[in-house]
Amino acid sequence: MPSYVPHTDAEIEAMLAFLGLSSLDELFSVVPEALRLAAPLALPDGMSEPDVLAEMERLAGANVPCTGRGVAPGAGLVCFAGAGAYDHELPEAVRAMASRSEYVTAYTPYQPEVAQGVLQALFEYQTMVARLAGLEVSNASLYDGASACVEAANLAAAVTGRRGIRVSRGVHPHWRHVLRTFAAGNGSELTEVALVDGQTSWDDAGGGAPAALVVQYPNFLGCLEDLAAARRAADAGGALLVVAFDPVAAGLLVTPGARGADVVVGEGQPFGTPLSFGGPYLGLFACRLEHVRRLPGRLVGETVDVEGRTAYVSTLRTREQDIRRERASSNVCTNQTLIAVACAVQLAWLGTSGLRELALRCGRATRYTRESLLALEGVEPLVGAPTLREFAVRLPADPAVVVDRMVDEGFLAGVALGGAGAGAEYGEGLLVAATERRTRAEIDAYVAAMDKVLR
Amino acid sequence: MNAPASPPSPPAPGGLAASAPLVGRRSEPTVFELSSPRRRGWSFRSTDLPEWDAAELLPAGHLADEPVPLPELSERDLVAHHTRLTHRQYSVDLGAYPLGSCTMKYNPKLADAAAALPGLAAVHPMAPARVTQGWLEVLVELGLALAEVTGMDAVTLQPPAGAAGELTGLLVMRAHHAAERPDRPPTKVVIPDSAHGTNPASVTLAGYSVVTVASDDRGCVDVAALRAVLDDDVAGIMLTNPNTLGLFEEDIAEIAGAVHDVGGLLYYDGANLNAILGVTRPGDMGFDIVHLNLHKTFAVPHGGGGPGAGPVAVTERLGPYLPGPVPVRDGGGSYRWTTPPKSIGRVHGWHGNALALARAYAYVLASGGDGLRRVAEAAVLNANWLRQRLRDHYDVPFDRPCMHEFVVSAAGLRRRHGVKALDVAKRLLDEGFHAPTVAFPLIVEEALMIEPTETESPQTLAALGEALVRIADEAPGQDPGAPRNTPVGRVDEVRAARRLIPTYDARRPD
Repeated sequence: MPSYVPHTDAEIEAMLAFLGLSSLDELFSVVPEALRLAAPLALPDGMSEPDVLAEMERLAGANVPCTGRGVAPGAGLVCFAGAGAYDHELPEAVRAMASRSEYVTAYTPYQPEVAQGVLQALFEYQTMVARLAGLEVSNASLYDGASACVEAANLAAAVTGRRGIRVSRGVHPHWRHVLRTFAAGNGSELTEVALVDGQTSWDDAGGGAPAALVVQYPNFLGCLEDLAAARRAADAGGALLVVAFDPVAAGLLVTPGARGADVVVGEGQPFGTPLSFGGPYLGLFACRLEHVRRLPGRLVGETVDVEGRTAYVSTLRTREQDIRRERASSNVCTNQTLIAVACAVQLAWLGTSGLRELALRCGRATRYTRESLLALEGVEPLVGAPTLREFAVRLPADPAVVVDRMVDEGFLAGVALGGAGAGAEYGEGLLVAATERRTRAEIDAYVAAMDKVLR
Repeated sequence: MNAPASPPSPPAPGGLAASAPLVGRRSEPTVFELSSPRRRGWSFRSTDLPEWDAAELLPAGHLADEPVPLPELSERDLVAHHTRLTHRQYSVDLGAYPLGSCTMKYNPKLADAAAALPGLAAVHPMAPARVTQGWLEVLVELGLALAEVTGMDAVTLQPPAGAAGELTGLLVMRAHHAAERPDRPPTKVVIPDSAHGTNPASVTLAGYSVVTVASDDRGCVDVAALRAVLDDDVAGIMLTNPNTLGLFEEDIAEIAGAVHDVGGLLYYDGANLNAILGVTRPGDMGFDIVHLNLHKTFAVPHGGGGPGAGPVAVTERLGPYLPGPVPVRDGGGSYRWTTPPKSIGRVHGWHGNALALARAYAYVLASGGDGLRRVAEAAVLNANWLRQRLRDHYDVPFDRPCMHEFVVSAAGLRRRHGVKALDVAKRLLDEGFHAPTVAFPLIVEEALMIEPTETESPQTLAALGEALVRIADEAPGQDPGAPRNTPVGRVDEVRAARRLIPTYDARRPD
C-alpha cells in the first residue's frame, strides 16, 4: 500500500483518540451507509516503485518513438511529421531548469511573496511572446494552440458584440474542430473560407460583419498566407484579425502584429516541450493592449513590494472566473505554466541570433527535403503557394499506406492528408516537416526509402 | 513584533520550510537586463545541408527587416538566473502547502521518471496506432481505473484542466438534452452559492444561464430552496461533494432524485474527490457526469499553475456524446481510436495532456485500490485533527466533522484586533508554511480554507497547527508588516492593476 501516507499505526490511533474516535471508518460516518462502498475498489493492490517503473517501461516499449537519429535502424523513427507537433532539439539546460522541483511542484501563484520565481519567469515569458507576436500583451499561457484559437474567437465576439467567426481552411483541422465543438455552447457562428492553391481566398468569404477572421501563418499546409489581404478582408467587415502563427517561423517572418493582427495565437510546443503524444503543449495568446481587460487566463504584472523592491503579481484579476463567475468571458483557471516557463528558458537560450538560426535551419532542411522528394517520379506539390518549414505533396500511392510502410523503413514519413488522415478537404497527400534536427544523411535516407516504398 | 524565529518546539520528523533560504534582500534582474549584445548560448546539430540564406528560402515581403529581439546570455548565466528564481519560489517539495481546494499533496518522483521515458515522451500525436500501442494501453487502462474510482461507465481524457472538463461535461449535458428534448431543451443550470468560480463561468460558456441556490445553516445545499427552483427548464446541477466547506452533502440521494425527476442531470465537480477515494463514488450518489482534477487527486504536480488534466467520466447513456476520438481495446488485444457515435467533437488539439495522464497512471499503479482508500482516510484524518486543534482559536462557521478540508473564519480576529484572513495568511508565510486559501468560499466572511492533504505527517501537522494558533494568540499585537521572512515583502497588488506593466517593454520611469 505505498500511498505516500506517512502515518504510523500508533500515530493514527493517537490522532483518532484526539478526535474521540476509535476507527478510521468513523471519519466517514457523515456518508450515508447506503452510499458507502461495500467492497474495496476493483483495482489491483499498490505496487512498489521498481515494479511501477518496470510496467511503465513495458508500456513505453510498446511504442515506437521518434528517437531515430542518423541512419542506424532500430533506434526509433526518424521524424518527418509535423502538422502542429514538431521534433525539435530540447536543450539540456531547458530540460534541467524546467525540471526544478520549485517550478514543478508549486501551485498557481496566489501568494506572490513566496511565488516570485514562477511570477517573474511568466513575466519574462509574456514579454518574449508579445515580441514574437508583435503585439503589446501576452497572457501567461493557455492549454494548447487549439484552445488559444477558441479564446481568441471568444474575445473577438465579446469586443464586437457579434457571433460570426470566419475561419480559413488553412487553419489546423483539429483547431477548427475544437472551435466547432465549443461553438455549440457559446453560440459562435463559424464559416470556413476555402483555400485556392494553398492560400485563403478571402474574396470568396462573403460579406456581412463577422466578429473575427482567423488565418494561420504559415498555414497547416506550410504555405505563407497574405496577411495584408486578410487584414483588408477584416477591415471590410469591421472584424478583428486573429493570426495563428508558428513561433519558430517567427525567427524569419514579419510579425503578425506588424501585419495588422489584433490577436495572435499559436502552439508553443517547439520551445522546450517534447512531442509528448500531443500534450501537455502550450497555447500562446497575445493581443493589443486595448483588449487587455478581455484577455483570457492569467496575466502577470510588475509592481513593487512594501519596501519599493521590484515584484511581480497576477493582475487584472477581476477578469477571471473566480471573481467574475458567470459573467467571466473565459473559465480558464489552471493553465500550462510549467510549459510556459520551459518556453521562456528556451527562448532566452536561443536569443535573437539563435531563433533566427533555428528558423533558417528548419527552412534549409525543409527545402532540401522538398526538392529531393519532388525529384521522385510521381511526387508533385499538392499546392503551389510558397512554404517555409513544412510542405504537402501528392503521392502516386495512398499516403496512409505509405506512412505505414515507411515505419518499417525507420521513418515517420509525415502526416497523411485526406481519407482517414487529417483534413479530408485538402485531398490526398502527405504533409512533411523537416526541423533543425534533420541532417543531409537522414534526409537522403528518407528520400531513398520513399523511392523504394513508392515503386 | 519581531520577525519570526524558529518555532518553539521544532518538529523533528517532517521538518518545515522555515529553515529554507527563501531570502535575498534584492530583486532578481530580469533576463533582459542580464543580456549582453551578441552573446550566445545556443548550439545546433551539424547537418551538412546547403546553407541557403533567408532570401533564398522566402519570397519577398515575408522576411522581417529586423530579427525579434530576445535575451542574449550564456547558458551559465541563464541557468544561474532560473536557479535564483526557483530559490524565490515556495513549492510542495519544500514544505506543507495547506491550500484549500487545491489538494497540494506530495508528487511522487517515480511519476517524473515515467513521464520522461523516451518511449512515452518522444511519440508524435499523429503517429499511426501500430506504433503507439503502449500509449493507447496507458490511456485505456487509466480510463478504466478512473471509471472504477468514480463509479462511471465511460471516460474522455482529452480535457487538459478542471475547467476544461467542466465545459466538456456541460456540452455533453447539452447534447443529451438536445437529443432527448429537441423541441424545448432546458436553459438553466443550478449551482450552489459555495461553488468554485469556474462552475458558473463554464455554465455561461456552455450557453446556459446560472441559477444560484443558497446553502442552509449547516453549510449544505438547502434542499427546499433547491426544490423551489427545479422545473423542466433545468438542465442539471453542478455540485462538489464534499463541498467547498469540506462538508459532505448528506442529502445527496434526495437531491439526485429531485433533479432527475425534472429530467435534469447531476454534474460532479471532482476538485474534492480526494476525500472519498475508495469510500463512496459519485456514480453511487446518483451523479451522471464527473470531472476529475488529476493534478489534485492523482498527484500530478501542479507546475506553478498547470499543466493539469481534467478527464470527464459519464454514465453509460451519456457515453455516446463524449469527445472523440477515444482509445479502445479490440477483441484481439490491440488498441485503436474510435469516435463515439454522437460525439460533441474534439475539446483538445490532440489527446489531452498525455504526459500528465501517464503520471496519473503511474500514481494509480503505485497506490492501488488499497492505497487510494488510505489516501482518503489520512486526508480526512489530518483535516479533522487540524480542525480540532484550531477550533478554540478561530471561528468555525460550520462546527462539525469535516472531510478532507475545512474552513475557519478570521471574522472575530478582525472585529477584535483588525486582523484579517489575509493577514493570517501572510503571517503564516513567515512561519515557513504556504498560506491556506483566503476569501473563499464566498459565503464565509474572512474565510481561511485549509486542506492539509494526506502526505503531511502528524509532526508537520502539529507544527502547522502551532503556527496558526500562535498567529491567532498574537493577533492583539500583530505584525502589520508581515511577511518579512520572504523573498519580497507584501506586494502592492493595487499598483500592479492601476499602472499595468504586463511586459518588460512596458516598463517606464515613475
